[in-house]
Amino acid sequence: MTRIIVCASVLVFCASVAKSQPQNLDNVQIRVEPVQHNIYMLVGAGGNTTVQVGAEGVLMVDTQFAPLAPKLMAEIRKLSPGPIRYIINTHMHPDHVGGNAAIAKLAESDPALPLKIIAHENVLNRLTATAPGQERFPEAGLPLDEYGTPSKNLHFNGEAVIIYHEPNAHTDGDSLVLFRGSDVISTGDIFTPGGYPFIDIEHGGSVQGEIAALNHILQLAVPAKTQEGGTYVVPGHGRICDDADVVEFRDMVVIVRDRVRDMIHKGMTVDQVKAAKPSRDYDTEYVTSNSFVTADRFVEAVYKSLSQSPGPGKSSR
Amino acid sequence: MIRFLAVTLLASAPVFGQVDFSGNWAPLYHEDLPDRIPGPELGDYLGLPLNDAARLRADSYDADRISVVAEYQCRPHSADYSMRGLANMRVDPIRDPVTQRLVAFHTRITFQEMERTIWLDGRPRPSEYAPHTWQGFSTGTWNDNMLDIYTTHLKESYLKRNGVPRSDKATFTEHWVRHGNYLTVATVVTDPAFLTEPLVRTQTWVLDPGQVISRDICETVAEVPKAADYVPNHLPGTNPFLHEVADWYGLPYEATRGGAETLYPEYRKKMGKVERSRDRCERYCSCGAEGQVCLSPTAAPPGRQP
Repeated sequence: MTRIIVCASVLVFCASVAKSQPQNLDNVQIRVEPVQHNIYMLVGAGGNTTVQVGAEGVLMVDTQFAPLAPKLMAEIRKLSPGPIRYIINTHMHPDHVGGNAAIAKLAESDPALPLKIIAHENVLNRLTATAPGQERFPEAGLPLDEYGTPSKNLHFNGEAVIIYHEPNAHTDGDSLVLFRGSDVISTGDIFTPGGYPFIDIEHGGSVQGEIAALNHILQLAVPAKTQEGGTYVVPGHGRICDDADVVEFRDMVVIVRDRVRDMIHKGMTVDQVKAAKPSRDYDTEYVTSNSFVTADRFVEAVYKSLSQSPGPGKSSR
Repeated sequence: MIRFLAVTLLASAPVFGQVDFSGNWAPLYHEDLPDRIPGPELGDYLGLPLNDAARLRADSYDADRISVVAEYQCRPHSADYSMRGLANMRVDPIRDPVTQRLVAFHTRITFQEMERTIWLDGRPRPSEYAPHTWQGFSTGTWNDNMLDIYTTHLKESYLKRNGVPRSDKATFTEHWVRHGNYLTVATVVTDPAFLTEPLVRTQTWVLDPGQVISRDICETVAEVPKAADYVPNHLPGTNPFLHEVADWYGLPYEATRGGAETLYPEYRKKMGKVERSRDRCERYCSCGAEGQVCLSPTAAPPGRQP
């Protein structure tokens, strides 16, 4: 039975790989957006990449797809000639970890200053759980500097970098990365302004964990005057944001959760709930023709999440 | 000497069409007073070209949110709404120190110390991935004596303070016209998420050189204990306050639901007669405009039992 679940899980992972990777990345250009202090957001075709540069070298959060690695590296080299010292993966989806191995190869790290790839241990577990016949995730890209604690600290380029595990949110292996000196948070796909969150139930995600993670971002973020600026937030996809943008997104998830929960209490089935369109007043903001997460998919994930206990990989914070 | 004077005069003359908007301005409330001073009634969407999404979003709005959720307490109005004139405004010119050419107008409005820059130097817009702000990114161009302003990069905010939403996809244009000591500002909001056609509103300001633009410092305070995952909202179909405005003013409920057709005079024929016409004003009658205090009525609306 366990084997069946693992195989099903891997199949879903493969499906998401196929769905997530655009067929042709040749024309993708990497855009570099300054965030704050020595932090940059690099936008390409996968999830956003956050880059911290300084005297000690380069730290990356997420690596997009493998074919984009040369372009990513070319842009990073415009920011810093220093060694790539850290890759932190916010979760296990291929648009965030796909470039790990290619970046590791291009980085040509000095043995004295080795590249470390960090992620929560659940990410490593997912990436190494390959089904028979399935291509293995490249070993050079595995996050072998995994952590299994509620948080992990680094001090790099003159500032504290704090990695927080967010249990059962978008997946069961999500990490937030707080750059304490620069006052920037990189969120991975916990926060995706302009698109509904992908609550990946099959990989341990849940709506309650998603809300808890969003609230944790709000605890960490301190807005400046008039509730804007201050701490800046690099989302998994989309534009640079701040506390107020996360508040709007959190409120949306909570309100849709409240509506779906009310319908569950009334005994409605998932199909009935989807037909009632409980997110219809948010769809015009969060769904476009290119959306990966449709309204039905989001509502179904919320329904399933509220109808079942949390998945594997739960940890404490 | 004559040549020197001619050169000096030419160099110091404003570019044709430029008008000086700098100074202290006070809003006038002869337009839309109940909306702007005491505040809009809950459920009043009349005259707004809302789509169904905006209507449901407004229906589910619970005003407790702005006190219970601390992050809302110190939010300013967004640029489109702040020009409704809910506080006094100072406009300062920003000039190039070398050429003395006008580079921008900078506005400061008392409430929440809203500050905004309207760039006149033709600079490019920020990237689509740049942060959005309450005041957005504004650029102005002269259209004879009128300043046309286009604003993008807005944060999500509201069209009315009763929960009618305005998305971060919205943009708006403004037309500033000065008539002596009066400033007329027309705002045209376009929002693909919530409006079926542009929303046009006008406001008038009067020059008031003696006014003081003071500080307005705000700090959030968690005043009400609440669960972290609690955001006050009304589930669809459960908001008990949506009929109040129809009851107060004797309007057909359907009219208060808004939509593009309620913008136009022809709608009066379709709307039919007012259900309960009053022989005298009973709610927010001329308050603010003539110095009266805007007290909330103590009686419940006619359609509801207290």
